[in-house]
Amino acid sequence: MQHKRFKLSSIIEWGSLTGTTLIVCFFLVVIILEIVFKGIGSMSWEFISSIPKEGMTKGGILTPIIGTVLITLITAAFAIPFGICCAIYLNEYAENNKLTRIIRAAIRNLSGVPSIIYGLFGLALFVQTLQLGTSLLAAGLTLGLLSLPYIITTTEEALMQIPNSTREAALAVGATKFETIKDIVIPSAVPGILTGVVLTLSRAAGETAPILFTGAAFYISDTNGYINQEFMALPYHLYMLSTQHQSIEEVRPIAYGTALVLILVVFLLNLSAFYIRYKFRKNEN
Amino acid sequence: MKYKIRILLDTIFKDIFKATGLLVLFLLGGILALLIYNSISFFMDVKPLEFITGMEWNPTGKSPKYGMLPLILSTTLVTFGAMIIAIPLGVGTAAFISEYAGSRLKNILKPAIEMLAAVPSVVIGFLGIVVVSPGLANLADLPNGLNALNGAILLAVMALPTIITISEDAIHAVPKTYKEASYGVGATKWQTLRKVIIPAAGPGIISAIMLGVGRAIGETMTVLMATGNAALIPKGFFDSVKTMTATIAIEMGEVPYQTTHYYGLYALATMLFFMTLIANLVGEYFINRFRKYHAT
Repeated sequence: MQHKRFKLSSIIEWGSLTGTTLIVCFFLVVIILEIVFKGIGSMSWEFISSIPKEGMTKGGILTPIIGTVLITLITAAFAIPFGICCAIYLNEYAENNKLTRIIRAAIRNLSGVPSIIYGLFGLALFVQTLQLGTSLLAAGLTLGLLSLPYIITTTEEALMQIPNSTREAALAVGATKFETIKDIVIPSAVPGILTGVVLTLSRAAGETAPILFTGAAFYISDTNGYINQEFMALPYHLYMLSTQHQSIEEVRPIAYGTALVLILVVFLLNLSAFYIRYKFRKNEN
Repeated sequence: MKYKIRILLDTIFKDIFKATGLLVLFLLGGILALLIYNSISFFMDVKPLEFITGMEWNPTGKSPKYGMLPLILSTTLVTFGAMIIAIPLGVGTAAFISEYAGSRLKNILKPAIEMLAAVPSVVIGFLGIVVVSPGLANLADLPNGLNALNGAILLAVMALPTIITISEDAIHAVPKTYKEASYGVGATKWQTLRKVIIPAAGPGIISAIMLGVGRAIGETMTVLMATGNAALIPKGFFDSVKTMTATIAIEMGEVPYQTTHYYGLYALATMLFFMTLIANLVGEYFINRFRKYHAT
């Protein structure tokens, strides 16, 4: 009897933890299955390669795809060099003094600032003060600012992994500090930096709130993607199709298709980051 | 390359690196200055007391009302609901991953959690409209399911990865000797988990929860899409709510530049900024305490 009760309670105990884990996995499965099964019907080469037609009730999503690719490139062009330079400063140059601690605290705070506030800041700085207008460039720079703290943090972690003896060896044979960083430290930290950059960009590509007021458009007709004009983007397109469109039920299949493409883009970027990290670890051993 | 040029490059780049570090400070300073500057413009027109205690948010009415109480209560309600769902699920999952799962299962679960974290918020909001909303409407016999509960469920999903990852780190960091001592006096695995490991990981778990709260308060798209956006004082989880983030997102696009309403949205954003800041600072405080505690 004693033995049996012990067994029963341990099953309940084990079951409750397994249960919570299963529920969390269930969320992920529901998200993926719902989007994949209902989105796959709209998926075709034509859906990806043609522009929205007839008030977006027909046609494809080429324009938002181009917009998302371009805005991610602008984000990358701004945030990667800036973020890497800042991480180099913090890890290679900065002394452990008050200024450094304040900079680090600022970075931690920036990564906690809600994305909608970055949207407001982008609106005030890029759209209004710098007179860029609501445009691809303004929105890309806004997402760049949002991505900055993540790139700095992940890059610094990658730089920390490089042993000091590597740096000392380069300095000992007469390289300047900059040459050591450029030719020795950065090349060895590339896999770690790349993982962080790809993860950050996948996050930026899915963001909606910061581009709401800085340049995302309901609809534009051409696919040229001028940097000083408004643009369409996948996340904003999904938001618009599911809440703002006049005939929401009619465009639902397109909304599912858009969600599927968006989630595929984000997951593929994530998988490539996992792959880089996995390969890097393997080489280490 | 000539020696002089090499030295010159060395100093130039040193300054460039330092300048980028300082620019980060200017970024945070710029955000703060923008928020505070515009908030001051707002408080020239509207009394701070009216803003904080006003029961009605209706900036476009005949006599505009700028009471943020309904918005702040909406944010609080949705965040609170999200935490009721996410804390047991998150801590349970973290305990399972850290204490029960084998290394093979861990290698599946951890990337799965990262995948969940990677799902864009607009996709979660979309699922709130097409999956959670009809489900809630059926269950509770409502005309539609766009309400605080819907938002809470979605925010729980969004906060879960943060809570799981940080709690798991905290549970994992509890020294092995604690566990061994507990087993040594005859405690079962469950007793050890509940009475030794979870309390020892306590500060880390609290910090995980606070960072989850920070994320939930600041989340915009999911609540914007799934909560119905009625700016009234919410009476319960089945009421439609309009959070602070959703208010900014909806109204900023329509408001004329440099009006009281425009400044009012910045005042809301300032409030939002400090709420998330406090949540994050508390989280950080507990993480540091946790590290110190186990370092000794």
